[in-house]
Amino acid sequence: MNHFETARQLISVTLGSDTIVAEDAAQLQPSLTIRTERIAEVCLLLRDHPDTYYDFLSSLSGVDYGTEQAAMGVVYHLASIPYKTQLTLKVRFPFDRESGHMPEVPTTVNVWKSADWHEREAFDLFGIRFQDHPDLRRILCPADWEGHPLRKDYKTAETYQGIKIDF
Amino acid sequence: MAELKTDISTLKSEEMILNMGPQHPSMHGVLRLELLTDGEIVKDCVPHIGYLHRCFEKHAEKLSYGQIIPFADRMDYLTSMNNDHVFVMGVERMLGIDKEIPKRVEYIRVLVCELNRIASHLVAIGTYGMDIGAWTPFFWCFRDREHIMNMFEWASGARLLYNYIWVGGLFFDIPVGFEDRCKEFVDYFRPKIDELDTILTENSIFVNRTANVGVLPLNVAINYGCSGPMLRGSGLKWDLRRVDNYSVYPELDFDIPAGKGIAGTTGDCWDRYWVRVQEMRESLKIIEQCVERLQKDLKRSPDFDPRAKMPKKCIPKAQDFYIRGEIPKGELGYYFIADGKTEIPFRCKARSASFSNLSVLPELAKGVMISDLIAILGSIDIVLGEVDR
Repeated sequence: MNHFETARQLISVTLGSDTIVAEDAAQLQPSLTIRTERIAEVCLLLRDHPDTYYDFLSSLSGVDYGTEQAAMGVVYHLASIPYKTQLTLKVRFPFDRESGHMPEVPTTVNVWKSADWHEREAFDLFGIRFQDHPDLRRILCPADWEGHPLRKDYKTAETYQGIKIDF
Repeated sequence: MAELKTDISTLKSEEMILNMGPQHPSMHGVLRLELLTDGEIVKDCVPHIGYLHRCFEKHAEKLSYGQIIPFADRMDYLTSMNNDHVFVMGVERMLGIDKEIPKRVEYIRVLVCELNRIASHLVAIGTYGMDIGAWTPFFWCFRDREHIMNMFEWASGARLLYNYIWVGGLFFDIPVGFEDRCKEFVDYFRPKIDELDTILTENSIFVNRTANVGVLPLNVAINYGCSGPMLRGSGLKWDLRRVDNYSVYPELDFDIPAGKGIAGTTGDCWDRYWVRVQEMRESLKIIEQCVERLQKDLKRSPDFDPRAKMPKKCIPKAQDFYIRGEIPKGELGYYFIADGKTEIPFRCKARSASFSNLSVLPELAKGVMISDLIAILGSIDIVLGEVDR
């Protein structure tokens, strides 16, 4: 049984089969899509279970799936140092572009500390809010920057603090 | 007005907020540390980054894969070759042409990457010595690095930002005589590392400043996503060149040095420094093996075209792909989302090594002296171009 199958079965047996919303096993790098509100539990399980030990969070990326899609997501790239395996987890949630409303994603800072800055980056560039994050501030852009630059509908700012921005 | 995270109204009378940076030579670029100090003791440390944010990911969503390579160069501007190598590897795997790349091209890639690894570690070591007050090693390191810069200028035309490794091949074959010059460099440089050992590694002032300072336990390092010499300094032999076995690294013989706590505790500043010195020796071994192959069975031939396998149109199938590779600072990863229709990635996220390595600094800084904080920050070896992207 490969590591992807191990992780999938572990999640569906321990946390219920409805935790996994979708799976994409056909790709070069298979991925599991997790129900947004369960992601922190899943991560903690995968980190601590002796069959998986995903103790290293390689990367956490926010994704805006485009103006037609009305969806945003977060992609987690996990790595297991003892087993030398990698796993991709995704969450995907609706995003109302008019009102800017979207659900909060549970933070994974309690699972991996490296998620702290990565989640701040996703908040800064996409406006994704992480529930119970200890210090959700902007990290790359200035604190008084308006808008979230990596959203697909972002309009490039023309001025910053009254100063014209030249390109 | 620079923002502060600490609430000034709750400060005790003996506490003081000290802004370190952003324009200070020991900050290795434009990093600002907000320190809550009690006399000489750092009680809390809040890094503020983003002063060098150049919107890599935003730019990448407007450019084709080949055009992103110069931007990838500029992320960690001391290790451009390695950045490009990882990036190109990801695109090639998405296109499914990674098995077709000629051996000679792969060996040249590894050769220049390892040269670049030495150059990057030389800057790390030289500036680290200077942070702690030793001026001479800095000049020695930069003198030796200059040879590598000249070689790269010869091969690619640029001294720092090479744009040399391209999707499916190389910009050019290495110039005639490059292999011999590599050999000369190896012969020249090996005794220089021993010299560096006597002036810095075993220097008692240096050891006193770095041993048992900033001890990073292994579990903390893993939890904070530290990689590269940071992780290996804490005693774990974790090197993606061996773990993922990418490119031609499985054919090459080299060791992975890991911190043993020779001067103090495993995972202290000295260990991280020492791992870098040992890695330079390992890189020299790799360079020798690459040159050997490039002069014998993979010899240059008149009909060899390093651009032969370059795709005319670089359009990967619709997919997500995360590629990771070992650059001198640690794990560099790119996360691509390809839409399958255009040459432009829908999303291109860079996971940089320094970003995660720096995030552990508040953990290490609690309760240390301000002067030790400089030693700790230097041992992390950050490049702000990569932290801020």
